[in-house]
Amino acid sequence: MEIRASGDQLGPVIVSLLLAAVLAVVPVPEWATGVRPAWVPLVLIYWVIAMPHRIGVMTGWSVGLLLDALTGAVLGQNALGLALIAYIAYVLHLRIRVFPVWQQCLAILVLVGFYQLVSIMVMRAVQITPWTFWYWASVLVSALAWPLVTLGLGYLRGRRVF
Amino acid sequence: MNPVRFSLSVVTAPIHYVANIPQRLLSWSAEGMRSREDLEDENLRLQSEVLVLKRRVQKLASTVAENTRLKELMNASDLLDDQVLIAEIIGVDPDPYRHEAIIDKGARDNVYVGQAVLDAEGLMGQVIEVGLLSSRVLLISDISHGLPVHVNRNGVRAIAVGSGKLDLLNLIHVPDTADIARGDLLVSSGLGGRFPKGYPVGVVTKVEHDPGRPFALVEAKPMANLDRSRHVLLVFSEEGRRMLPLATGGEAASVPPPASAAAAAPESESPPGPAAPPAEEVTDGD
Repeated sequence: MEIRASGDQLGPVIVSLLLAAVLAVVPVPEWATGVRPAWVPLVLIYWVIAMPHRIGVMTGWSVGLLLDALTGAVLGQNALGLALIAYIAYVLHLRIRVFPVWQQCLAILVLVGFYQLVSIMVMRAVQITPWTFWYWASVLVSALAWPLVTLGLGYLRGRRVF
Repeated sequence: MNPVRFSLSVVTAPIHYVANIPQRLLSWSAEGMRSREDLEDENLRLQSEVLVLKRRVQKLASTVAENTRLKELMNASDLLDDQVLIAEIIGVDPDPYRHEAIIDKGARDNVYVGQAVLDAEGLMGQVIEVGLLSSRVLLISDISHGLPVHVNRNGVRAIAVGSGKLDLLNLIHVPDTADIARGDLLVSSGLGGRFPKGYPVGVVTKVEHDPGRPFALVEAKPMANLDRSRHVLLVFSEEGRRMLPLATGGEAASVPPPASAAAAAPESESPPGPAAPPAEEVTDGD
């Protein structure tokens, strides 16, 4: 799979990450804000698993900084979370590749859960954030959105899964 | 001003613009496809509104003159009319627990940190971060936002802090004996030195006297349409400009203004009763 250099171009990576950034801030009705999937982490995890030799912790960190500026979070909050899950995804990428879809979703549940945990830890360290159960709903929605992400991004790379 | 954020905002502003496109298309098509009757109705309504407003303006001229004369008599500084700049909201914070909006005016248009933001109905919030092309506005309903107000009817001072809900402000440290009633209009008092004074903030919706609490429970509903306005006004007030060197001096920029007002304003009206609750809800910011 690594031999095919044509599938390792960075164009689709940049485009999809920008698209995920747009989806992360696109205005939605109030009820939907709590259940917005974490698009950027999902897309990042996909690319780390798909081309671990090109996309990794540094990419996660840079994309996280951009996301921080985009959402007005403390600089480094998303960078930390994304670098962390990029690392975990890198360590596990060989296993996740061969998982069936439902098991991949479970892995995503844990990864995005880590990301949300780091985010809320940073947020609560620097400012008052109301603690609600709904904060974690986005983790579940992200896990459910994972098959959609693999399908869409796989199509972008020429109908491959990874 | 944080230089890293400032330069990153050049990249993020286009993303906000792109994210705003669907909504813009939607409202554009809704504008373009309205029926003739709707437009006639609206025209009629606007015309009658203009008539009502014109009548008020007639009285306004004489009232302003009278007000100026009285102020001169009292040797008070004159109320200058503030300059405004119209901006459009191009994004809201995706985090449902933070009430922030992004507007399409930035340092290029001389927007400064701490600038007051209004809509047609009342005060909306203040600028907390300025990029080159866009800036970030903290709404008055954000949980970390506080704002010095006074009751328009009798001048009783209070601090309105956000509740994290778009339609609710809490008035803190209001003594049980304070003369605040349901339906009172709250206007900005300008005591914090950041907001210009005299702009409507909210209407008191609930006053509750609980003997078990040291202070009365007062709730208000913001006048501004915090979740609906698309066009907002940035106020360039003389007071705000004077705040400018202070506001750019570092962390002062991100701390909401009433930190000083919280200490200054209520002291004359709070009874020497039990210890006041800690004020961290007010002073904590960003």
